[in-house]
Amino acid sequence: MIEVKGLVKTYGNKRAVDGVSFKVNPGDILGFLGPNGAGKSTTMKMITGFIRPDAGSATVAGIDVTRDPVAVKAKIGYLPESAPAYGEMTVLEFLRFIAEIRGFRAKSARDERVERAIARTHLEPVRRQTIETLSKGYKQRVGFAQALLHEPPCLVLDEPTDGLDPNQKNEVRSLIKTMAKDRAVILSTHILEEVDAICTRIILISQGKVVVDETPEAFRARKPGARLDEIFRSLTKGDA
Amino acid sequence: MSQITPVFKREFLGYFRSPVAYVFLIVFLVASVGLAFFIGGFFRNNQASLESFFVFHPWLYLLLVPAAAMRLWAEEKRGGTLELLFTLPLTTTQAVLAKFFAAWLFLVLGLLLTLPMAFTVGWLGDPDWGVIVSGYLGSALLAGACLAVCSLISALTKNQVIAFVLGVIALLVLLFLGWSVFNQLLSGFLSVGAVDFIANLGVIPHFEAIAKGIIDARSLAYFGSLIALALALNVAALDR
Ligand SMILES: Nc1ncnc2c1ncn2[C@@H]1O[C@H](COP(=O)(O)OP(=O)(O)OP(=O)(O)O)[C@@H](O)[C@H]1O
Ligand SMILES: [Mg+2]
Repeated sequence: MIEVKGLVKTYGNKRAVDGVSFKVNPGDILGFLGPNGAGKSTTMKMITGFIRPDAGSATVAGIDVTRDPVAVKAKIGYLPESAPAYGEMTVLEFLRFIAEIRGFRAKSARDERVERAIARTHLEPVRRQTIETLSKGYKQRVGFAQALLHEPPCLVLDEPTDGLDPNQKNEVRSLIKTMAKDRAVILSTHILEEVDAICTRIILISQGKVVVDETPEAFRARKPGARLDEIFRSLTKGDA
Repeated sequence: MSQITPVFKREFLGYFRSPVAYVFLIVFLVASVGLAFFIGGFFRNNQASLESFFVFHPWLYLLLVPAAAMRLWAEEKRGGTLELLFTLPLTTTQAVLAKFFAAWLFLVLGLLLTLPMAFTVGWLGDPDWGVIVSGYLGSALLAGACLAVCSLISALTKNQVIAFVLGVIALLVLLFLGWSVFNQLLSGFLSVGAVDFIANLGVIPHFEAIAKGIIDARSLAYFGSLIALALALNVAALDR
């Protein structure tokens, strides 16, 4: 579904992403791990067509992002890091805008999508509130609602549970799990238990390079009995 | 084409989500009418025309258009919503056109609020309505051209203040090129042909021709190509 080959992105003289390759199939939930600045967000921005790779390619459902960005963007639901949204709009206005641009032009179809997304992400109490006045967790939920509104075949979620309370974290995790049945999901996180709880695969990147690509079981088996963060630390020693 | 509508709508209504829009429209009205009355001698002229009203429009737009356009792209860049917009299924060209037309409509709305001026003239005297309509057309085209330039500049920075200042400077250049006072200065050491050429690069001669009721293809082509060029560069600046 999503295939990434030799992606490279350089900022100035720093290689943010240095030859990253992997493949995600429908049903997979890929957990993207790595220390701060490892290149997780940058890789996601290249898959979703926000920035152009210096080398390598990303294809979604067989379509190259640089060849036909609009077709790829239509197939992806993307939650960018820190969930940007138009602050002066209300939740309802914002999600309607997203629905319209996602192709749900008829009022009934649009409103049905929006209502389903609101229900799924529990935005009911704040639907008429402007986004700039929302708490961080609610803002994050708006970003998540926006990403899954069109029920895309691919979900790319940059730290989807960041800022959520423990109940919401669990809620979002189970939602991701349900949605992943026939979809390809990539999510990044700093919560190692989260990976353990929902991911079917782990990719650990460090300084722009993939250092681990395996199942959570294999990851755990690297140091039987050790805590996940100890394994993480020993694999990312190179990073500051 | 269909992707332009939601962005256009969001953008245009967006002006009215903050009090800035109303402040802007009032300033537009007060400044345009005030200049005509107090500096242009609107009544003293004893003429049933809007000439003393339109003559100030280039100088009015010098400040007002950068103020209306500075947020167009700079705000999206600063707020991170650019990443959201450019991972939705639309092309950069569609996004640029949608924003441009929304802002243009907003400026034209400000212009139309001055229509009572025209009705007053019609009530007091017997004006040439063709010239008045032509004057409004010229002013709308002038606003569009200034807007396209300022939209391009807004795409070059994430700082709205910088976008405003650079916008004023760019418009100042466009105004000066065709300002009679500046052209007279030039004719001291340049041939008539050269001065004429330089003057026709500026907006004022084309605007004044249309405002006088002379709608010739050259002036229309001038505004059309200035807008097209600025918007093409705007797309290129965002696509980089
Ligand atoms: N626009 C940019 N200009 C310059 N450098 C950048 C830019 N964007 C990212 N970088 C650099 O690229 C590297 C990778 O950044 P990235 O945001 O992908 O990290 P990350 O893995 O998502 O980290 P985090 O866990 O903190 O979110 C960092 O060193 C960052 O400073
Ligand atoms: Mg990141």
